[in-house]
Amino acid sequence: MNVIVCVKQIPDPALPQSLDPSTKTIKRDGKLILDESDSYGVEMALQLVGKAGGGEVSLVSMAPNGETSGMRTALAMGAAKGVLVSDPALQGTDALTTAKILAAAAQKCGEFDLIIAATESTDGYTGTVPEQMAEVLGLPSITFAKTVAIDGTNLKVNRQTEAGFDEISCTLPALVSVTAGVVEPRYPSFKGIMAAKSKPVDTVTAADLGVQPVGWAGAGQEITDIAQAAERQAGEIVEDDGEGFAKIVSFLESKKVI
Amino acid sequence: MKVWVYAQAAEGAVTTGTLELLTKARSLGDVEAFLGGDAGDHAAALGEYGATKVYGTGDLGGHLPGVAVASAMKAVIDGGDRPDLIMFPQSYEGRDVMARLSVKLDRTVLTNNTDVEVDGSTVKTTTPVFGGNTLVTAAFTGEGPFLAAFRPKSFVAESAGGGAAEVASAAVGDLGATGAAKVEAVHVEEHSGPKLDEAAVVVSGGRGLGEAGNYATIETLAKLLKGAPGASRAIVDAGWVPYSYQVGQTGKVVKPDIYIAVGISGATQHMVGMKGSKTIIAINKDKEAPIFGIADLGIVGDAQKIVPKLIEALQGR
Repeated sequence: MNVIVCVKQIPDPALPQSLDPSTKTIKRDGKLILDESDSYGVEMALQLVGKAGGGEVSLVSMAPNGETSGMRTALAMGAAKGVLVSDPALQGTDALTTAKILAAAAQKCGEFDLIIAATESTDGYTGTVPEQMAEVLGLPSITFAKTVAIDGTNLKVNRQTEAGFDEISCTLPALVSVTAGVVEPRYPSFKGIMAAKSKPVDTVTAADLGVQPVGWAGAGQEITDIAQAAERQAGEIVEDDGEGFAKIVSFLESKKVI
Repeated sequence: MKVWVYAQAAEGAVTTGTLELLTKARSLGDVEAFLGGDAGDHAAALGEYGATKVYGTGDLGGHLPGVAVASAMKAVIDGGDRPDLIMFPQSYEGRDVMARLSVKLDRTVLTNNTDVEVDGSTVKTTTPVFGGNTLVTAAFTGEGPFLAAFRPKSFVAESAGGGAAEVASAAVGDLGATGAAKVEAVHVEEHSGPKLDEAAVVVSGGRGLGEAGNYATIETLAKLLKGAPGASRAIVDAGWVPYSYQVGQTGKVVKPDIYIAVGISGATQHMVGMKGSKTIIAINKDKEAPIFGIADLGIVGDAQKIVPKLIEALQGR
């Protein structure tokens, strides 16, 4: 059982984010970390391969400046190897081209049974890349998976819906996007962190993968304006002195809710 | 300009999100709707909100809408009925159909939009980023169909008083390997009281509640105010409440008259889903919590102490 996981390396979301006015893209010049949303997919892949009793987990990622620190976290968790697509030409690449690139990178990983991705990234959150990848690769896909189980060559997924969830079955190979919380991601062990340093990451360019055009040239969109939104003003903030609840009651009264 | 709206139905009725998009679409040009399912069932509602025609795929036969509806849309477009813009609700299904179609047409997607503007043949959409403090406007380049998805409640649904839409059929072609995923069973999670995204009052709980058992106080408070209970992503991920309670970027977008955030610090992810509320009340231990930056009334204190007192006071009325 070989599983490929799409991992995004992003600026730490706990820090303030901003757009670079010259490139009109999210500033990604600092250290990048593994998108927490992807840690669930990595954990899920490791568990599925463990249950299957053989095979390996491979990673595919696209990031500027040959960045691998986020991938190393996933390798430290237990993934075996990775393909990183890093190329200055990729700046401004849209979701569709990203999907083409990751699909080509996945094919460099060798035979696979399953591709796992998060439902969306934390920084850009376009939310279409997994399904677009499936279409590029001609695979069936199940998005918003809450649980994933494999029985032989059959995949069983509980898929989140607006009303509840659907039980889906599907033959392999396939692509699944998993919601946060689907499993509890493990912390890398010291041994895992040491081992990750020597695990192979194959760094390639878009041209190596034969995907053209990329970057803003292939994006089918251009940013025409970046503006500050009108901000809400903060109102009255008070420390609770034991009577804070009464403030809320009179506020609700003033709004005629009660 | 010809605009298609990807129409969704739930519990036998066209969704509010669909009606919102139809209302906006008719200010942009001629409107047609495209539905995964039996179009005849919804031709009256879709027509009332401005669609002159509705394509329906008929029963999807257990296929997920993403792959099936995109295939049917592609076939109609190849047949010569080519829209300039296709508007999708930012929903599970909307995202999937849009993503599949974007590859089939080799066209980019713009998602999470809250507005759209048409100037001649140029289509621009606006997306709030970084929790809504920055608005990015992007224009599609090249030729249509342009594919754009819109967050719920971006527009207000208003009837156009139109007659039933003309019904046309759009067959789902051979899906090959991509059609292997099949729906085996459908589960609807029961809920009582008003729906989260329609309630006039929403009371949401977060990590500050301390433990899963304390969420019951949120439900009690919501019920007393005839509102709906909601949750931050943190406690949904922790398994305290089902995903259907989640307010935020990846959950429901709510715009109630009163939003009460209990023990929620105000991560970007959450703020995006509730900052459109008319009035916001926040209870949080940390006076530096970002939620206080947008609250009309903020109480700095322990939610586990304040909420029970509030409930008692309301019950005593």
